[in-house]
Amino acid sequence: MKVTRREFLKSSLAGGLTVAVSATPLGYTIVNAAEKPASFDPNVWVRITSDNRITITIGNSEMGQGVLTAQSMIIADELEADWKQIRIEQGAARDGFKSPILGGQITVGSGSLRGFYQPLRKAGAAARAMLVKAAADTWGVPESECKAELGVVSHAGSKRRLTYGKLSAKAAKLPVPQDPPLKQESEFRYIGKTMPRVDVPQKVSGKAVYGLDVDVKGMHYSVIARPPAYGAKPLAFDRAAAEQVEGVVKVVPIPMGIAVCASSFEAALKGREALKVNWSKGAIPDMDNASIEKSMLADLDRPGAKVQDTGDARKALAASSFNIEATYFVPFVAHATMEPMNCTAHVTADRCDVWAPVQSQTASLGIASKISGLPPDKVNIHTTFLGCGLGRRGKPDFVAEAVMIAKALGKPIKHVWTREEDIKYDSFRSAMAHRIKAGIDAGGQLTAWSHKASSVSILKGVRPEAIKDGIDAYCLWGLWDEPNSPHWNNRIQYEIPNLYIEFLMSDLPMPVAPWRSVQNACNAFAIECFMDELAQAAGKDPLEFRLQSLMNNLRARRVLETVAEKAGWGKLPAKGEGRGIAQHACFGSWMAEVVELSVDRASGKIKVHRVVAAVDCGPVINPGPLVEQVESAIIEALSTALMEEVRFANGGVASANFRDYPIIRMSDVPEIEVYAVKSTERMGGIGELGVPPLAPALANAFFNATGARVRRIPLTPERVLEALKKA
Amino acid sequence: MLSLSVNGKKVRLDVPSDASLLWVIRDHLKLTGTKYGCGIGECGACTVHVNGKAARACGMTVADVKGKKVVTIEGLPATHPVKQAWIQEQVVQCGYCQPGVMMQVASLISESRKPDPERIIEQMDNVICRCGTHLRMKKGIRTAVRMTRGRQA
Repeated sequence: MKVTRREFLKSSLAGGLTVAVSATPLGYTIVNAAEKPASFDPNVWVRITSDNRITITIGNSEMGQGVLTAQSMIIADELEADWKQIRIEQGAARDGFKSPILGGQITVGSGSLRGFYQPLRKAGAAARAMLVKAAADTWGVPESECKAELGVVSHAGSKRRLTYGKLSAKAAKLPVPQDPPLKQESEFRYIGKTMPRVDVPQKVSGKAVYGLDVDVKGMHYSVIARPPAYGAKPLAFDRAAAEQVEGVVKVVPIPMGIAVCASSFEAALKGREALKVNWSKGAIPDMDNASIEKSMLADLDRPGAKVQDTGDARKALAASSFNIEATYFVPFVAHATMEPMNCTAHVTADRCDVWAPVQSQTASLGIASKISGLPPDKVNIHTTFLGCGLGRRGKPDFVAEAVMIAKALGKPIKHVWTREEDIKYDSFRSAMAHRIKAGIDAGGQLTAWSHKASSVSILKGVRPEAIKDGIDAYCLWGLWDEPNSPHWNNRIQYEIPNLYIEFLMSDLPMPVAPWRSVQNACNAFAIECFMDELAQAAGKDPLEFRLQSLMNNLRARRVLETVAEKAGWGKLPAKGEGRGIAQHACFGSWMAEVVELSVDRASGKIKVHRVVAAVDCGPVINPGPLVEQVESAIIEALSTALMEEVRFANGGVASANFRDYPIIRMSDVPEIEVYAVKSTERMGGIGELGVPPLAPALANAFFNATGARVRRIPLTPERVLEALKKA
Repeated sequence: MLSLSVNGKKVRLDVPSDASLLWVIRDHLKLTGTKYGCGIGECGACTVHVNGKAARACGMTVADVKGKKVVTIEGLPATHPVKQAWIQEQVVQCGYCQPGVMMQVASLISESRKPDPERIIEQMDNVICRCGTHLRMKKGIRTAVRMTRGRQA
């Protein structure tokens, strides 16, 4: 899976051309590995060997989003490779794979293509230029007379041809161009055309290796007995009883709980049962869903950290011809990736190996190095396929546990979270409470917006130093963009002359983490539901009302106009149906969605019939997977909007498995239409932004169908019936 | 010693008779295409065929399949319409749940001489896909049924 420095040097000695890009947030350099520059870290991007194979090594994690395919398409296109020549390797954890925009080797923030698009093109183009020069030198003709096409360089005048494989050794001796010419869009061979994903066949065969499928000789299993409430500590446990269970080899207390190591998963579970841990009460023993919601809504009555203050919102609100106020709440939701958290680790005196489905190789490497006590170059992170990511696997807590246990055991350990642990001990998408007050002038134009938002801090757990003046920027994505953010344009899109934003950091104890689109989803819910309320108050059509505050935001206008046209916005919905619209921008892309639904007034069940989406993410690499990603985001967001809410009780988490944490099933999934508008603007991300507009478009469609406003998700039948009763 | 029939082969195993079929398949037979998803039969990621019918391996012991024929995703031929349709329609994303989903679809198709894709889709509410590939699964099911009927003709 991974290329070590030694293997790499061997392959470069064996001949062949290896071109790598060393990317940092400051820029990137293209390197010819044969030159063996002192600072070169062996992160092979593309290697052309004499057997005419082209091996592309990719440092991002594959979780079904198609990154292996899309990044390879970019290199192959500029390289003019034949797709059949391409082999793909999963890269190790190395500095050279750090994202030029995110600063780490991490697959988050919809950043893998927008971050690597240009460096990958340059790498492919540099290799192609070197191969062409090698051919021209061989034949003694000018480079301009040689043409590279599908893995072959040819000279038309003399009809001579040489394959890339044959040219690779000679090309390796040439200096690498730092600014090779790139193709014109019209010359693209792969970019912009749907290519089948390279990970699909092995996944269909059942042979794809996920973290849980890793098999290391002499491997044991471990599970952890964890506290039933936040802050609970083990008072006593029966180590001897656990160790007497057949197959159990060791009990290892660690800060997260008490680990039981055994020869099989079942024996580890039995050993854990036998521990019979007596836990102390949690930090907030009576915490439950009602108290959580109350606490976060109460936050909105406190003064918070001032995030933005443009114009004079207070004065403008007073001067507006009318103003309205509304409060929204989005509950905690779990990641619940189909592959539960797991990590296999082996720590010896001079080496630490970690096999795991991780989204952050950088964070995994750092924590494994710290816990094993070995320097990073003795730590090997082997990234497997990820059984879904959703942001959860960017947090390396499961890696930390595995390395601790493996170190104590001295043998390879496969550390597994049961489904119950995966849900109970998840780092959730934080709940958010919002209160917005906005003013409209006599012409029905939005003039002032005052917004208070409360969330549990995401940064507190991962980068506390990034919290500035009480502001957690991650919690505000979609509402406010921190200065110089790599996730540009994660702010409220509307042109509001007087805008005031205040943030309240909730002190609730549950760990939280990014969840596909991060808090964009929660912020968009409040903003876009409120825009609908404002439109209604102003007596305007929801689309028209939005457009009049997006006069200069052409990309937002275009996705709104496209989705409206495709969904038939001007026409009345079918009898008994409602239609709602919402837009959002994040990670450099724009999205608008229209939801069509009907409501069974007797049962309170919502039936979503159709979702239409329009996206502008700039240039598209692989159109098929783009549609898959948007469908996927919409279906996941619909799941959160209709049914997902983590249950808390007695100071801990009550939800435990799919029976009490329901996830959307086939019969609730609507038809989805996705339209990507043609765009040559700067490339944005595509993996996440399907999520944010969905829940507000759904709530707005619910209002359109029933006349009842809902300001809290999920729209379970009980909540729907309650809303209908009030309306 | 216990004897099992898996993917057409007899295998002898030194495991207790109450050992979980799922973990025996994964750890002893090294057939890791059968996944652990929930352990309570809610998600379908561990679906295998027992005597040709879809069954959740997580809720069964090895004793439950004594004398019966077990087939896992690895035992479903590469030429099987479901596998081919799943590639053609690019159904999988993360793919973790899909071996189980495919095994269930294969079983449902085989239940009828004239399988009806819409009827099969109606029976897919007992599996979970967190990636939201449901629309692709529908396409995959329709294509697999079409391929199956084409081969019968």
